[in-house]
Amino acid sequence: MDYAAVILIQVLSAAAVLVLVSSGLAIIFGMMRIINIAHGEFLMLGAYAFLVAVRSGANIWFAMFVVAPLVVGTFGVIVERLLIRFLYGRIVDSLLATWGLSLFLSGGITMAFGNAMEGIPTPFGALSIGRFSTSWYTVFIIAVAMLLLVTIALVLKFTRLGLVARGSMQNPSMAASLGISPSVTYAATFGTGAALAGLAGAILAPVTGVGPNIGSGFIAKSFITVVGGGASIVTGTGLAAAFFGTINQLVSFWQTSVWGDAATLIAALIMLRVLPRGITGRFFQGAI
Amino acid sequence: MKRWFLSGWGTVLAALLGLALLISLPFFASAYTLLQATLYAILSLYTLSLAYIWGYGGIMCFGQAAFFGAGAYTFAVAAINLGDTTLPLLLAVVISALFAAALGYFMFYGRLTDVYMGIVTLLTTLICSQVMSQTAGPNFTIGRVMLGGFNGIPSVPSINFPGHPDSNLDVDQFFQLTTGIVIVAYGLLKLLQRSAFGRITIAVRENESRAALLGYDVRRHKLIVFSIGGGIAGMAGAFFASNQLFIDPNVFNLAMAAQCVIWVMLGGVGTLIGPIVACCGLQFLTTWLSGANIANNSFVLGVVLMIIVLLLPSGLAPASLSTLERLSRRASARVHEADGA
Repeated sequence: MDYAAVILIQVLSAAAVLVLVSSGLAIIFGMMRIINIAHGEFLMLGAYAFLVAVRSGANIWFAMFVVAPLVVGTFGVIVERLLIRFLYGRIVDSLLATWGLSLFLSGGITMAFGNAMEGIPTPFGALSIGRFSTSWYTVFIIAVAMLLLVTIALVLKFTRLGLVARGSMQNPSMAASLGISPSVTYAATFGTGAALAGLAGAILAPVTGVGPNIGSGFIAKSFITVVGGGASIVTGTGLAAAFFGTINQLVSFWQTSVWGDAATLIAALIMLRVLPRGITGRFFQGAI
Repeated sequence: MKRWFLSGWGTVLAALLGLALLISLPFFASAYTLLQATLYAILSLYTLSLAYIWGYGGIMCFGQAAFFGAGAYTFAVAAINLGDTTLPLLLAVVISALFAAALGYFMFYGRLTDVYMGIVTLLTTLICSQVMSQTAGPNFTIGRVMLGGFNGIPSVPSINFPGHPDSNLDVDQFFQLTTGIVIVAYGLLKLLQRSAFGRITIAVRENESRAALLGYDVRRHKLIVFSIGGGIAGMAGAFFASNQLFIDPNVFNLAMAAQCVIWVMLGGVGTLIGPIVACCGLQFLTTWLSGANIANNSFVLGVVLMIIVLLLPSGLAPASLSTLERLSRRASARVHEADGA
């Protein structure tokens, strides 16, 4: 019983991490058709913003929920204006340019902060379930991920902002002719995606540590989730995260974590063979 | 000008230039220069593999590092176990080609579009990196070799003469071997391109559905092209491991995968010699910049990649060729004007 509870928590937390690392990417890819390879480095920037803020005496929650998203979100808007806006409709070029951005950022941070991994102590203590123990922070990550998905869904569905975003996604020229400025919408969307990446980076920083190359560890997972999820942002991300998180954890329990990652990739490849347009390309079409 | 480069004479000239370098360089270059030149040759072979499948096959593979790394690891494991390096070299080619075929099966028969293909190949590389980083400990042993996780496999042997594990190639010979293989691979790919197979490759690249309607099995054809590219990359990887005498999961990282894409883009997608020139030039630049502590490797690569995408989408070589052409046309127009007046 305790063992089952621990496994359940592990599976949920794997899915929650996938939701966190991929929601920003899902928004940018789903709404703007921009493939942001630098997404992992946005997470890394969020982790560094969090680290610097905490080291300079800021409250840990303020640093996590305000400083990191704000810094990375602002950076995202700047990147959109300087780089991404020239590349709309050129999906391969956007991929290559953001790949360049990703190398630029990890190289730049290495030059500025050095190559060492920095640690941040995990908040909260240990949580013991019978003979086993895990940390309260894991539970916290699960809660934040669920809250994040619900919030994105509510914003998209019920606010004017969400309406504008969905309208611009479905038919950009119609939205533009109704008086919605495309450049403002795109900059705001990219900034939001970047801010979510920054938030995720800060939340995961105590778990993974902070270093210039942590981004490449996230990027594979987030792309698998987004590609596997398909067109709709919330449903797709949620379902794909649950699916891949479960596979990863079950295989990791059965074998070791090496095979967990490999199994995730193989599952994703098979899934693309069966469902080339992701889960929501076939099921739940039209969901948010 | 352009047509002259595309015709057979350009290929022969390039091959002869390479051959001249192969023969003459050991006579006057220092050992350090030769070591650098060997690395350039190995990386050129790596570039050639992507230049072929992307430029000729039209397959957008952003994860060529996966096959490069697979070849490197195969060679390392096999060579340490066997002692001799000839069979491991072949094994590296075969295993990487099979790896490419397996991945290609899912991509081509799943009818993935360009972009998804780019993403899937890139993801494969990243997952390889994560998986190989976690293979520390005695559980992950193949024969006598521990995979070593993040630290990789030390003491990968140098290439030896076939059948004589005790006599290794010296610096000159290793340079000549790698350069020779680049020239041979380049020539063979050019020859292949002149065959019926090569013409179908171009047809598939230019218009997939038309090629399919003419009765060619497009998916199988792409699979073969992709596997050839994978095999060449695997051989480059094997030489790479043997050259630096160790191998670690960094061969699968984003910078390693990006380098190759950058060389091909800079040299021009659709040519073979352009990417090789771009590879040597850029490698020289990044070595110099990071050696002088001005900027690190990824930083420079990132800047170059962003500049190419924004300013030179067709690559440096084609861009400069077309500029030359435009200039010469303008010059000749001016001459004509002068004649007319």
